[in-house]
Amino acid sequence: MRHRLKALAAAAASVPITLFGLVLVTFLIGRVMPIDPVIAIVGDHAPPDVMARVRLELGLDRPLLVQFGIYLNHLLHGDLGRSVMTSHSVVHDIKQFFPATLELAIVAIFVATVIGIPLGVLAATRQGSRIDTVVRVFCLAGQSVPIFLLGLLCLVIFYVKLGWAPGTGREDVIFAGTIPPVTGLLTIDTLLAGDWDAFHDALAHLAQPAGVLAYFSMAYITRMTRAFMLDALAGEYVITARAKGLSAARVVWRHAFGNISVRLVTVLALTFAGLLEGAVVTETVFSWPGIGQYLTVSLLNADMNAVLGATLVIGISYLLLNLLADAAYTLMDPRVR
Amino acid sequence: MSTTTTLPGLRAWLLTDTPASRAQAAWGRRYRIWRDFRANGVAMTGLVTIILLIAAALAAPLLATHNPDAQELTNRLATPSAAHWLGTDELGRDVYSRLLFGGRITLGMVVAVVLMVAPVGLAVGTIAGYLGGMTDRVMMRVTDIFLAFPRLILALAFVAAIHPGISSAIFAIALTAWPPYARLARAETLTIRGTDFIAAIRLTGATTPRIILRHVAPLCLGSLIVRVTLDMSSIILTAAALGFLGMGAQPPSPEWGAMIATARDYMLQQWWVPLMPGMAIFVASLAFNLLGDGLRDVLDPKQR
Repeated sequence: MRHRLKALAAAAASVPITLFGLVLVTFLIGRVMPIDPVIAIVGDHAPPDVMARVRLELGLDRPLLVQFGIYLNHLLHGDLGRSVMTSHSVVHDIKQFFPATLELAIVAIFVATVIGIPLGVLAATRQGSRIDTVVRVFCLAGQSVPIFLLGLLCLVIFYVKLGWAPGTGREDVIFAGTIPPVTGLLTIDTLLAGDWDAFHDALAHLAQPAGVLAYFSMAYITRMTRAFMLDALAGEYVITARAKGLSAARVVWRHAFGNISVRLVTVLALTFAGLLEGAVVTETVFSWPGIGQYLTVSLLNADMNAVLGATLVIGISYLLLNLLADAAYTLMDPRVR
Repeated sequence: MSTTTTLPGLRAWLLTDTPASRAQAAWGRRYRIWRDFRANGVAMTGLVTIILLIAAALAAPLLATHNPDAQELTNRLATPSAAHWLGTDELGRDVYSRLLFGGRITLGMVVAVVLMVAPVGLAVGTIAGYLGGMTDRVMMRVTDIFLAFPRLILALAFVAAIHPGISSAIFAIALTAWPPYARLARAETLTIRGTDFIAAIRLTGATTPRIILRHVAPLCLGSLIVRVTLDMSSIILTAAALGFLGMGAQPPSPEWGAMIATARDYMLQQWWVPLMPGMAIFVASLAFNLLGDGLRDVLDPKQR
């Protein structure tokens, strides 16, 4: 156990350094911007003395290193600056938009896991069969399809042609503002408020974007499950278990699957991190008011504080999920010493 | 000499167990790989599709039925017909011709990114892995920082910082694409570094750069090629996503992602307009995935 804690401590110790690099990269990206942040705030036609004052206020006359120090200091105090577009502080915006992304990602990874893992196991136990080929092609297609194409197709088929699904967004206009935000996750908030109609509406709006994202991550989960399973099924302990006369299901699920479950936790954490990326495009297609849409809209409006803030938040979540994957592996796998 | 007599002769020469020269052994190995690969129907489908796509992109001026930029405002958003095989877009431009020319941009971007990224990743990985110690730690820490960003997010921020367009999109994707190669090359190098034949080469007095360049790097190539091929699909998707989000190729460029972005407003009624470039992206990306999957089976069986 001590070895493992030590390994985990080493992994955790590398996080601040990586985090510092992350902040440095985002800061540098913000500073090489050709768009003058002063003009973004006061506009093209402001008198020169106003521009000079704002420039001084923003500390843009200082050396780059000092500017980075100021940026870092603000960051440590939880200040990411003000968004020009929403005129709120970026932290306030992120608090408002992030739960929507979280809700989307949680539902997507849940669906992807529940379908993807059994599918991967099925393919592995029937390696080389027709089912296996179908699963493999299905996964490759999931990895190859542009997520915005899938989203647009969903909208055309289920919303326009069949009329089964509601349109874009997170809730119908009639429910807007009726649900007191508690967790920020609309499905839970509507339940807490006891409003069943609003709950159904929230679920219906969630179905399409979550489904698209689920397929995107399921492809990876299924492929990895299949590969791990093939590996495990070739193990000698599986042959032993079979020779003892255990049922096929018991061999597959207890013996082989039990051995790969730790590695699958790692895969799930990494998939979840990948979802953050998929969310950017999905949210744009479905006008889902999450952090991804916030990022792209800020990008198009050259709202650099918002862009950097959103980038940093997504980067940190990504980093923490990667650390979680490492931790799961180090703590749970008895072979890691 | 008829082909029936030369081919078995050539094949025997290639497949011999006792090659007379280094070249013969090398070509024999290549032939065996090709033979395995050819038997893999899925991978061959991918390869043939890619060759067709490249040919179509190269021969775009010959194959196109219209000028890709010619607008025909009286014939906007037309359904596919004999005159316009895949219909027309929101400015009455021929979608089929635009797709052909767009293929040049997409495939060109993929080639540009790979040419920039693969050598860098290979160099960083092999040097870090072979030298070890402080060099290794610093280089891998930098790699980790770049790995810590989701690819699309870093590319988006980077493109926004310079200037939306094809060349900055290429740089941005390259910036985010090299770390996995470095990781992979380093892992391979670590296993190669301790082998007896490297020790023997060192004893003959070979310099470190020579060992890395001539002996370590070639052995990393197999898994690197597999990784690059599989990655080409995600490069295509990232480039298209950048175009779609308005941060990559700019209209009126016929880049596939940008084509979808401009046609998006007509999606609900004229759904085939954004669908065509979408299918093109899907086919190209699927073809690279199929090829990469097949290559992995052949070149790198332990990764399956």
